Amino acid sequence: MKNHYSLVIIGAGPAGMSAAVEAANHGIDVALLDEQEVPGGQIYRAMESIPPERAKLLGSEYLHGEKLVTELRNASIDYFPGTQVWSLNEKLEIGLLHHDKTAMISADQVILANGAIERPVPFPGWTLPGVMNAGAGQILLKSHGIVPKDGVVLAGSGPLLLLLAWQYHHAGVKIKALLDLTPMQNHLRALPHLPRALLAGHYLSKGMAYKKDLKQAGIGTLHNVSNLVARGQSKLDTISFKHSGQIHSIETDLLLIHFGVIPHTQLSRAAGCQHQWNPSQQCWTPGLNKWGSSSINRILIAGDGAGIGGARTAEHAGRLAAFQALYKLGKITRTERKQLARKDRKWMREERHIRPFLEAFFHIPEKLLKVPDDNTLVCRCEEVTAGEIRSAVHAGHSDSNQVKFLTRCGMGPCQGRQCAEAVSHIIADANGDNKPQELYRGRAPVTPLTLGQLASLFPEEQE
Amino acid sequence: MKTDVLIIGGGLMGFSTALQLAQRGVKSVVVDKDSAGRHASGVNAGGLRQLNRHPAEIPLSVAAAEIWHDIKSLVDKNCDAKFPGQIRIAENEEDLQTLGQRAELVRNLGFQHEEMISREELYKLAPSLVSHCKGALICRNDGYARPFHALEAFRQKALSLGVKYLPSTRIDAIEHDSKGWRLSSAKGEFRAPVIVNCAGAWAGQVASTLGEPVPVKPGAPMLMITERLPHFIDPVFGAASRKLSFKQMQNGTLLIGGAHMAELNFQQHKTTMNWAKLAVSARTVLALFPQLKDVRIVRTWAGIEAFMPDNLPVISRSKNYSDAFHAFGFSAHGFQLSPVVGIIISQLILDDHTNFNIDPFSINRFDSF
Repeated sequence: MKNHYSLVIIGAGPAGMSAAVEAANHGIDVALLDEQEVPGGQIYRAMESIPPERAKLLGSEYLHGEKLVTELRNASIDYFPGTQVWSLNEKLEIGLLHHDKTAMISADQVILANGAIERPVPFPGWTLPGVMNAGAGQILLKSHGIVPKDGVVLAGSGPLLLLLAWQYHHAGVKIKALLDLTPMQNHLRALPHLPRALLAGHYLSKGMAYKKDLKQAGIGTLHNVSNLVARGQSKLDTISFKHSGQIHSIETDLLLIHFGVIPHTQLSRAAGCQHQWNPSQQCWTPGLNKWGSSSINRILIAGDGAGIGGARTAEHAGRLAAFQALYKLGKITRTERKQLARKDRKWMREERHIRPFLEAFFHIPEKLLKVPDDNTLVCRCEEVTAGEIRSAVHAGHSDSNQVKFLTRCGMGPCQGRQCAEAVSHIIADANGDNKPQELYRGRAPVTPLTLGQLASLFPEEQE
Repeated sequence: MKTDVLIIGGGLMGFSTALQLAQRGVKSVVVDKDSAGRHASGVNAGGLRQLNRHPAEIPLSVAAAEIWHDIKSLVDKNCDAKFPGQIRIAENEEDLQTLGQRAELVRNLGFQHEEMISREELYKLAPSLVSHCKGALICRNDGYARPFHALEAFRQKALSLGVKYLPSTRIDAIEHDSKGWRLSSAKGEFRAPVIVNCAGAWAGQVASTLGEPVPVKPGAPMLMITERLPHFIDPVFGAASRKLSFKQMQNGTLLIGGAHMAELNFQQHKTTMNWAKLAVSARTVLALFPQLKDVRIVRTWAGIEAFMPDNLPVISRSKNYSDAFHAFGFSAHGFQLSPVVGIIISQLILDDHTNFNIDPFSINRFDSF
């Protein structure tokens, strides 16, 4: 690893891979850092090693990634898998951990392509062992073919829920229930966006096909579900929920939940990039120009980390960011940048047809985001409840950082990854604001770093 | 808005002053351009340290220690204060000599709080300390508190006694006329016969407005905190010849400081960690506690503080105005002094004098500036 590169790309999903290939093909020195051991990101996980049977189950959207992975392998890129980036700052210094070796490198341009995380939504019992994110369930399926053997309840809102139910069903998993927490009003909310969505009708018809398939197998979706509660002493044994005015309960030792995905902004926040509230996606997204440049000039952001757009959009955005980096590095002219970007821009527009519809259809009820029950744990690291956060607000602490200072929420090892969003909603609600509070200030290290690893940096530096 | 005393800066010094004034029946308003304790007061290491203070600060610090030991009677909360002692380790004969001289100096000034301890006692207090240490200087009734909790306790107590607090209220202009002070902000105008400058790293701007510029410089000392560990050590550790402040907090996390500075963009209130210096900090900790090498760092940060060239604060009546006062420039060791600073400033305002010798902290010492 050199200690300086013209371009450092963080994340080897669709955005990072396409950016890296494009930049390398223009002859600049590129480092690609990724925490996984193989390229593909979350969406194209384990692409090179997956058995054909399982790949078929994952479908054509998954297989699309094969070409990108092959291109990446053939391009001249300093690719560092197994690398955690624990710090990025406005000087474009990148603190990383590569197979247990600590380093700090710098770059002329950085493309952040670190994707999305599942939206954490605290509800009573969400911290019990046995309650997991649907995304984690899908990772086990993709990487290792592991499926739950005693059946599963799936609950939440979002296309992944349906997809995973379908994949599990075809892998022989018993689906005990599929609970859709999306309120009925969302159908009305989404209706105006339907005509445009029909332009990308293949996404819609795929969703309908999954649903029909499941229904034929006797797995119906319960819609308009609310009051989801997970119960158990030391681990999950029962869930309960409200449907058609009645409380139901189901025995299960596994509940997979999903409330959509949001940009993973820990690094962009730690670097100090500006972010803004996106009401349609109900999350904070970095403020970017049309080339992906953030408020910190030389940091570009592409893919779901810039706002949720899906894998195909990410691939195009990755290339646009690469063109921008090449332009800034003096490798291509302004006119070349425009010409090169033309196709990606067109495809991106087409990909985006479906988004407003999806965002409206799977709009998470505000009530759920505000964690109505005072006893629900919000910060699982420091065990802070929604009620404690509301008390802090009532004592006059009106922003996320002050509430964090007072209650310790967000101060644990996950650095607020699990609670930042919920805390910002709770505070805004208690303040009577309709826009959520800004998230906690980002603080390095955003991924674990030991004292020994830090101590190995800059050995020549003296007190 | 009219009040008796207008205090600029909602940190510990501001609220401590407001609290003392309120207890003597004097109304005050605390204004802050940000939120309470946003900078030095809320995010410092929370050290309650008399150990190794400048001789001029010792009487204040010893008086402050007494208050901290019974802080609940002042602010109704204990501020998570603990008193397991603070220690400065000697790693060689030279260190031993330096620390021995220090202990003697303190005794000669008539104070008893600092004393040398033997190697045996040191290892009884810190069994996991690396084996080469020779002895230490200790202050047994020193300790630490949780800074934001302390700030919050002072603030709540002050509010309960009628103090008004206005966050997000930046003072844009300060004028003095026959009727006293007039301060303006985007939130409105304030009139008060007396003002107090507790504006921390921004206090230099207030002093300049009063026509008495001081060489105060903002700085941002870096801190880091680790994951929780099983309890293994009680006292707060420093070392005679290393930059270190090291303690295990009540919840098991380790708080590591060492007065290494972050890069600071003062205009934007923005700090950038200096990883080379934090690496030195980590090496220092591991040199003394090598078994901690696999402990995970959870977070690093740096709060903005006011530093003076002589590292002594300004606690003083204004040079140019008899009805303006200063308390700032604590140079990263003001937390412990805060209860006493409130007493001193309130005495200067109400009694025209204080029993503490504050000559070394006078704003007039910068005459040549």
